[in-house]
Amino acid sequence: MSQTSEKQALGAPAEDTNRVQLGFLNRALARPEIGALVAAIVIGIFFLVVAPPFRSAESLATVLYQSSTIGIVAVAVGMLMIGGEFDLSAGVMVTTAGLVNAIFSYQNNLNLWVGAALSLVVALAIGFLNGYLVMKTGIASFLITLGTFFVLQGVNLGVTKRVTGSVSTPNIDQMNGYSQLQKVFASTFQVGSVNVSITVVWWFLFVALASWVLLRTKVGNWIFAVGGNQASARAVGVPVMKVKIGLFMTVSFLAWFTGMHTLYRFNTIQAGNGVGNEFLYIIAAVVGGTLLTGGYGNAIGVAIGSFIFGMTSLCIVYAGWDPNWFRAFLGVMLLLAVLVNLYVKKLSTSRKVG
Amino acid sequence: MTDTISEHADQSLHEGEALVEMKEVGKSYGAIRALRGVNLTVRAGEVTCVLGDNGAGKSTLIKIISGLHPHNEGTLKVDGREVHFSSPREALDHGIATVYQDLAVVALMEVWRNFFLGSEMTTSGIPLSALKVKDMKRIADEELRKMGIVVKDIDQPIGELSGGQRQCVAIARAVYFGARVLILDEPTAALGVKQSGVVLKYTAAARDAGLGVVFITHNPHHAYLVGDHFVILKLGQAVLDRRRSEVDLDQLTRQMAGGDELTELSHELQR
Repeated sequence: MSQTSEKQALGAPAEDTNRVQLGFLNRALARPEIGALVAAIVIGIFFLVVAPPFRSAESLATVLYQSSTIGIVAVAVGMLMIGGEFDLSAGVMVTTAGLVNAIFSYQNNLNLWVGAALSLVVALAIGFLNGYLVMKTGIASFLITLGTFFVLQGVNLGVTKRVTGSVSTPNIDQMNGYSQLQKVFASTFQVGSVNVSITVVWWFLFVALASWVLLRTKVGNWIFAVGGNQASARAVGVPVMKVKIGLFMTVSFLAWFTGMHTLYRFNTIQAGNGVGNEFLYIIAAVVGGTLLTGGYGNAIGVAIGSFIFGMTSLCIVYAGWDPNWFRAFLGVMLLLAVLVNLYVKKLSTSRKVG
Repeated sequence: MTDTISEHADQSLHEGEALVEMKEVGKSYGAIRALRGVNLTVRAGEVTCVLGDNGAGKSTLIKIISGLHPHNEGTLKVDGREVHFSSPREALDHGIATVYQDLAVVALMEVWRNFFLGSEMTTSGIPLSALKVKDMKRIADEELRKMGIVVKDIDQPIGELSGGQRQCVAIARAVYFGARVLILDEPTAALGVKQSGVVLKYTAAARDAGLGVVFITHNPHHAYLVGDHFVILKLGQAVLDRRRSEVDLDQLTRQMAGGDELTELSHELQR
């Protein structure tokens, strides 16, 4: 049994000596959110210089609010991308969620909570369907959710027009349950003299939760594994299908959440809204260091990506520039982020033998 | 290090005991028969080598044992009871672990996360409860060290390790989590001479610890170094099935290189 034990100097301890410990800078660079953090600081300083209205606590609160409107869904989209999938339907799903709540409650004259619950069920069902179709058919999630995206876009407009006769829902602020729901999803509170939106708190909470899940739980381990190497994850017993469907449903849950915010902030929803936002979520995730190919990224990075989005979209206005430049800026950010990601991936997969 | 393998290996394993028995097993994918009438017995403390050219049915065979694809002909028995796996998890629960050549590990994940992937230690059974990160790192590092794999930093992505080391981590992981049957899918195919040696020693160590090992390869030299029993597959059927005492390396090599076909070919090509 153990006759081999003496002659076995297994492995190659010799390799120990020719592996070098990386310097602090290199190790820091290998963290997913570092690129985004540096970018956020540089952009922040830049706008503090060129856009004087930005230099106030009030502006910061507004920027945080703007960031949170994208950031809440972006966190889920980031997790989904770490899990190796895309969701292009997330933008219009936000609108679908709001519409279902408003129209259902208004037409049946029911408490808004009932509509909100139904809307949640609908959103989760769409998320489940996205995930189920991707896993069952093996077709790229890019295509499946592109389909869902168009279906929802059409249904949003078609149903709203048919039921209400216009492209927006009726005002719901006199209905039962409004004040409570408004408090949960769209209230503001005072910090000193500054009004802060409740969504900022929700956003921080979701980011913290996502970060915990990704780095400190079993499910988080599985998310990285299914995104990094699905076949390998399956072979060691990770329930790949459950993990991925769960991720799609997380996206749809937070899309529902943002939909609720939109509805209770403006009391009405435009049926054509949300188109294009799916790309903002993806950009926030990628700028935050999430690999497009999956298996790498983190929640804090995605939050920083969302913050860069919020800061830039408002500061371009504060600086008195034509807001149309914003999109061009986002494009440049995305390209830079992809380049940084590519470099980072090389850094962490290549063998660094000195 | 053999001691550590023995430590974790199932104590109830008896050498020579049949762990997995396949009788007349076949598998078709639609109209294509990838495998038919294969008999294979994996015994504790033995290395069963499955050799064959590309497309001979090696992959199909291990996919059946490891639970990736169920068989549709014949019987598969584990510990004497007939089974029909529908997922790798089921096979793992029966103590059958597979180490794949190219998909053994998740390259971008840390070594310790890879080591515990699918069998993570958590502080409680509640969903989203914390991982025992410190314990997991310590155990992974200790186990790998005992087995002669020294990683500078247990936090480094496993993609930074050499191919041989990655295979060894995957094998160490399977043994640590109580594998009784270890299936190695072309573990040496992508490796250099030295790295192959490391993996082969490791295979022998697992065998000595009493595990049943299935060693898939198309390299008869590697197979002959560790094998106790040899099966050569060709076009989905077994063309040779012998114990070590009944066959020598020349025969194996000849069969692998094409056997009679090779003789025919040499006649045709004669100048």
